[in-house]
Amino acid sequence: MEWYSIDTWIVVIGALAAGACALLGNFLVLRKMSMMGDAISHAVLPGLAIAFLVTGARASLSMFIGAAIVGVLTAVFTQWISRFGKVDEGASMGIVFTTLFALGLLLIVQGADHVDLDPSCVLYGAIELTPLDVVWRPTLFGYFIEVPRAALVLVGVALLNTVFVVAFFKELRISSFDAELATAMGIHSKLMHYLLMSLVAVTTVACFEAVGSIIVIAMLIVPAATAHLLTDRLWLMVVLSVLIAIVSAVLGHLSALILPACFGFADTSTSGMMAVMAGLIFSTVVLFAPKYGVLPRLVRKTEAVR
Amino acid sequence: MPELADICNVLLLRDYNTRLVVICTMLLGCACGLMGGFLLLRKRSLMGDTLSHATLPGVGLSFILAVALGGDGKSLPILLVGAAITGVIGCAAVLFIREQTRIKDDAAMGIVLSVFFGAGIAILGVIQTMPEGSAAGLESFIYGKTASMVMSDFQILVFVTICVITCSLLLFKEFRLLCFDETFAAALGWPVKFLDILLLALITAVTVTGLQAVGLILIIAFLITPAAAARFWTNQLDRMLVLSALIGGASGWLGASLSAFIPRLPAGAVIVLVAALFFVVSMLIGTERGVMVRFLRQSQLKKRMGRQHLLRALYEILEGGRLTEELNIRTVPFRQIRGRRTWSDTQLRDYIRRAYNDGLVEAPNKVDSILLTKTGLAEAAQVTRNHRLWEMYLIEYADVAPSRVDRDADMVEHVLGEKMVTRLENKLQAYRSAGSLVPQSPHPIHPGD
Repeated sequence: MEWYSIDTWIVVIGALAAGACALLGNFLVLRKMSMMGDAISHAVLPGLAIAFLVTGARASLSMFIGAAIVGVLTAVFTQWISRFGKVDEGASMGIVFTTLFALGLLLIVQGADHVDLDPSCVLYGAIELTPLDVVWRPTLFGYFIEVPRAALVLVGVALLNTVFVVAFFKELRISSFDAELATAMGIHSKLMHYLLMSLVAVTTVACFEAVGSIIVIAMLIVPAATAHLLTDRLWLMVVLSVLIAIVSAVLGHLSALILPACFGFADTSTSGMMAVMAGLIFSTVVLFAPKYGVLPRLVRKTEAVR
Repeated sequence: MPELADICNVLLLRDYNTRLVVICTMLLGCACGLMGGFLLLRKRSLMGDTLSHATLPGVGLSFILAVALGGDGKSLPILLVGAAITGVIGCAAVLFIREQTRIKDDAAMGIVLSVFFGAGIAILGVIQTMPEGSAAGLESFIYGKTASMVMSDFQILVFVTICVITCSLLLFKEFRLLCFDETFAAALGWPVKFLDILLLALITAVTVTGLQAVGLILIIAFLITPAAAARFWTNQLDRMLVLSALIGGASGWLGASLSAFIPRLPAGAVIVLVAALFFVVSMLIGTERGVMVRFLRQSQLKKRMGRQHLLRALYEILEGGRLTEELNIRTVPFRQIRGRRTWSDTQLRDYIRRAYNDGLVEAPNKVDSILLTKTGLAEAAQVTRNHRLWEMYLIEYADVAPSRVDRDADMVEHVLGEKMVTRLENKLQAYRSAGSLVPQSPHPIHPGD
């Protein structure tokens, strides 16, 4: 295995994306809305398509805005359908996101003559190629550093998410655990909900380009769920989830380079392996977590019986 | 614009290729609609989402295995079996996580979905570098190839659809109980786990065969949307399943036909949109749980409750005095009614206006008081009697404290039917006070006046 500066950038970009997602994921998991990440990541397609068709360029800002709007709409529609139609929340989410995705697909195909917006590219992303798109070349201690565009975008998103979580930590905590209490305390829990949803949408779009939707969905849920098994304190859960996300990003790229080589193949997709690594960490924690793990609980049970 | 003749050709399935595509999507819509009904009632609609993503590693692994053993990596049956195996493993993992840890349903599904799909992408990445063959075509397993289905797809789909329909017919009673009361089914000694797995296996079969025909998003939509649409029309499981299958089939037929005669309309997306249209229409005008019907029902109940509250208040006020049919005694001052319940002035005026229109009350003079007419008095007596019967029933048979019983009765009495009242009367023979139609109140009537 050889390590190039490109590999460093891949790991950095992966870790930034993973960390940014994991931060928000904590609150999705606690609010029992984990599938919202999956739903939004499919549903933003029409937002991207409309932004593209209107502006005629793959300008980042308009795409962000389009995606954020559709992301919030996904949450709004889901809630409407489940409240007014008395439909199970999961089902209404499924209806909304498949419909929006189909709409986006239709728009893209209809405008296909002059579009280089490929749905499968949007969904898969290509983290291996992102370091090649260099936009900033600062000199640091006499070294040239070539900073890719994706890294800058993701630093921005990660900062935004961190500021959001730190600034509204109290509000997020109370409204996640007890929305009615939050309302009674004068916290606008609906506003928090939609802020969270729009940030999820923005993060999703920022990560799409860089790393593909599969990392977004995995990193929104898996690290947060893992941390949830390890601790009962929210702040610790948030910190742990970000750490787990970063570790799985690093391990993911390493294993994408090393693992296939063990079986005589060349390397494989980094984003896929990042999700797999997060899954492995999760399975380990499910089995061995001190308080909520399956095995420790089994041991405690047998001891209690004895 | 397409010519009329073209439209006829497509709708009547004259063209061979279109016929195949349309019939396949219709079959798939029926099978998915049927299975989706069970999923919806078990609150597992997004299971289809998880399941369909979890098939990807199976496709990749079976391809590698087949090539390693010297076979044809792209033979459909091998890929299908591989997909089904990891799909089932994925579902089992969701159930395991949900039951063994504190992680909730939604997170469990999200974890399995993303990790399995990630593994699938990694495996496809490995295959791409294999000398034996490109992974091209394997991806269409996930994205589908709706417009280019072939005879073998049709045969497999027919087989699966027949299997699904037969199983649902044979095991209808069992599946129904599994959907509505799993614990009761287990208490009856039915093999609940086995039934659950069988249902999941059927859903896996539908999903896997559908995936390679029409793609992931369409399968997810097919499993959720028709069933949710059908739910608005009926409370009967059998009717709902038939309707759901019909809606699924109709969306497949209409969507595939539309995409056949309008250029650049991807069939999968159009079918999803047609199904969504069915859903929205059903949600608005569905006759059982549709938004409009429920709204109408609610406002009617509200009106009836207001009318009954007003009449009972009047009756109870009058009851204190000498209740005869003389006019001057049936007059009640507005202020006194106002104190009976927590109702606002506008509300109360509204109720009185309605009662006036129905000829139940009259305004005898300009003073702020109203007069109960003879019909009004009869109905008021009836309403009060029902209320008291129900109160007594609650005290006698439901062990509700007399101090609370007024409020509890208030919640139910408005929906008491003729039959129910007769049954109450029979149960409460002893309380039928001699001579009077209306029994005494079992608790002191609160002094609102």
